[in-house]
Amino acid sequence: MRRFLLGNTRLLIALAIVIALTFMSPVFLTKDNLLNVLRQMALLVILSIGMTMAIITGGIDLSIGSVLALSSCLAASFLKRGDSMWPGVMVAFAIGGAAGLLNGIMIAKVKLPPFIATYGMGWITRGIAYVYMGGNIIYGFRPQFRFLGAGYLMGIPMPIIVMACVFTAFYIFLHRTVYGRNIYAVGCNEAATRLSGVRTDRVIIMVYTLNGLLVALAGLLYIARLNAAEPVIGESFPLEAIAATLVGGTPFTGGEGGITGTLFGAFILTLLSNGMNLLGVSSLWQSAVLGSVIVLAILAEEVSKLLTGAGPRLKRISPSP
Amino acid sequence: MNPVSGTVMNPESRVVLAMRGITKDFPGVRALDNVDFDLREGEVHVLIGENGAGKSTLIKVLCGAYRPDAGEILIDGHRVNISDPKRAEALGISVIHQEFNLLPHRDVAQNIFLGREPVRGPMGMIDFGKMYDDSKRILDSINVDIPVRTLVRDLSVAQKQMVELAKALSFNARIFIMDEPTATLTSREIERLFKTIASLVSSGKSVIYISHRMDEIHQIGHRVTVLRDGQYIGTLDVKEASLETLISMMVGRNIGAGEIRRRNVVKRGREALKVSGLTRHGRFYDINLSIHEGEVVGLAGLVGSGRTEVARAIFGIDPYDSGEVFVFGERLPKGSPAHSVERGLGFLPEDRKDLGLALGMSVKDNMVQASLRSVSNFGFIDFRRERDVAQGFVKQLRIATPSIYRLVRFLSGGTQQKVVLSKWLATKARILIFDEPTRGIDVGAKAEIYSLIDELVKQGVAILMISSELPEILGISDRIYVMREGRITGEFHRDAATRERIISYAMGKGREYDAAAGKG
Repeated sequence: MRRFLLGNTRLLIALAIVIALTFMSPVFLTKDNLLNVLRQMALLVILSIGMTMAIITGGIDLSIGSVLALSSCLAASFLKRGDSMWPGVMVAFAIGGAAGLLNGIMIAKVKLPPFIATYGMGWITRGIAYVYMGGNIIYGFRPQFRFLGAGYLMGIPMPIIVMACVFTAFYIFLHRTVYGRNIYAVGCNEAATRLSGVRTDRVIIMVYTLNGLLVALAGLLYIARLNAAEPVIGESFPLEAIAATLVGGTPFTGGEGGITGTLFGAFILTLLSNGMNLLGVSSLWQSAVLGSVIVLAILAEEVSKLLTGAGPRLKRISPSP
Repeated sequence: MNPVSGTVMNPESRVVLAMRGITKDFPGVRALDNVDFDLREGEVHVLIGENGAGKSTLIKVLCGAYRPDAGEILIDGHRVNISDPKRAEALGISVIHQEFNLLPHRDVAQNIFLGREPVRGPMGMIDFGKMYDDSKRILDSINVDIPVRTLVRDLSVAQKQMVELAKALSFNARIFIMDEPTATLTSREIERLFKTIASLVSSGKSVIYISHRMDEIHQIGHRVTVLRDGQYIGTLDVKEASLETLISMMVGRNIGAGEIRRRNVVKRGREALKVSGLTRHGRFYDINLSIHEGEVVGLAGLVGSGRTEVARAIFGIDPYDSGEVFVFGERLPKGSPAHSVERGLGFLPEDRKDLGLALGMSVKDNMVQASLRSVSNFGFIDFRRERDVAQGFVKQLRIATPSIYRLVRFLSGGTQQKVVLSKWLATKARILIFDEPTRGIDVGAKAEIYSLIDELVKQGVAILMISSELPEILGISDRIYVMREGRITGEFHRDAATRERIISYAMGKGREYDAAAGKG
């Protein structure tokens, strides 16, 4: 029992928050509010899946917010033309995929540190988005497209359905396929994996490209819901996705963790901000509270690992003889 | 010609260090067995022995990295307890490392006084003037002319060595340990180093000097001590130590390699691997070798002779400048392990934790990492096939793990090595490169690995084996290449290979040995 409790810190934290909020706010545990939480977290989950993969390989992607801005701004301008939404959708994926591919090439081939490669990519794409939009906002999309962000299917909001599909697909991808296995292997020990005959550079390029495609998808959901696109969107997304990943138990050292944890991480973060809104906590205080929770959640995880004796990560810190 | 023994070393001078009956056990091996060693004031005492003879272990005991299981250490006649490196430092023992513990972006003086900067005033500001003056004085005292404000990254290897020496002097070190200090130096730099050593000992300091180069022993040593298989063999005055005497002391008279001799001599098949003219500047030159199916070819040589570098280049881990590698007659593209694996090569690295295994993944995951394609359909892993493969190897190689889902990190060295082996057995590799396959492995697991090699050879696998253990390489190989300083200096059929002969070639004294033995 003790082992179970210590091994599932994240579940416990989520549960504790749910119980506390149920007592504190009468509207919290209602079907409408819970659907609301799930809908709010959809975007974060989709972005965090890509971030989690990058972090499993031992990397990071700081460009996601800006790539999202660029891909959705360009998509938006295509969405306003013609009589189909598909060209716009294709443009979003093309931009996201291309930015991801470039990230991957910079990291795997040019050997730039992921932090620097994606940080640079973030500035570049954000800049292009500003230039392209020239200070304008594009708004008012066709209903067919807006359905993606604001519609319902059998009573369930579309973003939740998209999130569920993406999560399932990537869960299978990471845990059932050769590619997923190689992603973990690269993060665990890139040199040994390369010596096993795996083309590790391709694995890394694939991860960042997939991440770019996920970013494009998230961007489409976002502007469909907002019914507008502008170049400033998504500034805070990289940090939020990193937070969800870390709270979800995927460490920066790579090679372990996974998107199930990330799903919980995103859930915890979204629950918290939802709860604080319901309780009327000033938005000025919310980010301070969120930050504390992120740090505490990770601390709790480390402590529980120490207690269960499964804490090899701390060993790395001790000096070698 | 002899800068050191040219200086006067009184044979009756005081013993500063005495080690008595030092014994050190590691799991499955006795690294040091009742070893004696002493060092006099103003002496250069050379320590020699084959790889694995126990030289490094002895040094590590002396500098506090290992605690001996038995024996005592006396400094100036007083028994001391060297519990950790700090204590060794306080006792005046200093190791001049081969890989330098210097900060490249700081200057010479800052490195010499790192962590012990002279301070002045109530604020504890660093007294730079004093630091630079003192550094200059120390360097002058060993006749070294390096500007104290030069950044360490701009120094040559030889100069860095001098800075290390100066740093040790600033600790008031009296006993200097130098492990192969000339390995990477040019002949001019060696000359200068020897002069520095000479001025060190003439001021009453003592040096323990480890070397593989026979000529150096006579150039700078006063006495020489030989270790073999963790045992003390003897100490000689350098003047009495002829080359033949030293070599026979190093290899011993009775050769007990019979127990690991491979039983099945198999008819050799097609040429599996051919390497011609392989060169990587600064590492190895003009390497030619070939291995046939059903053959074990040994690659012998001292540590640093370039064996691992050659193996890595063949497999595609490192690039090479010229030459070619052929696998079953087809040219292998360079610099791509993925191609090598596809063509049926496997590589068991010396450093299995860094290059052989993903320690944070399970036994099963590691075993199938190189053959994922064969346990999957259209990219989807077939968990049942994967499990069967892993359980098959656990059974076949008697791998001691509670489950195939156990993380490799928690397994012992021998068991980990078997996991790496399984990885290559799973790919059905036709050519295997083994780099020190039994290093750090207990005796039982060693025997199992030998019998597995036996089994593989029977199936027609071609094996290139690098080993620093001569009995192992003599016992298992059908043919042996010997490397020295990046070149192949000899090739022997197993019947023509003896310990003495291989060690002579590895030390660059092959011709002299053959001439003395009347083999021309």
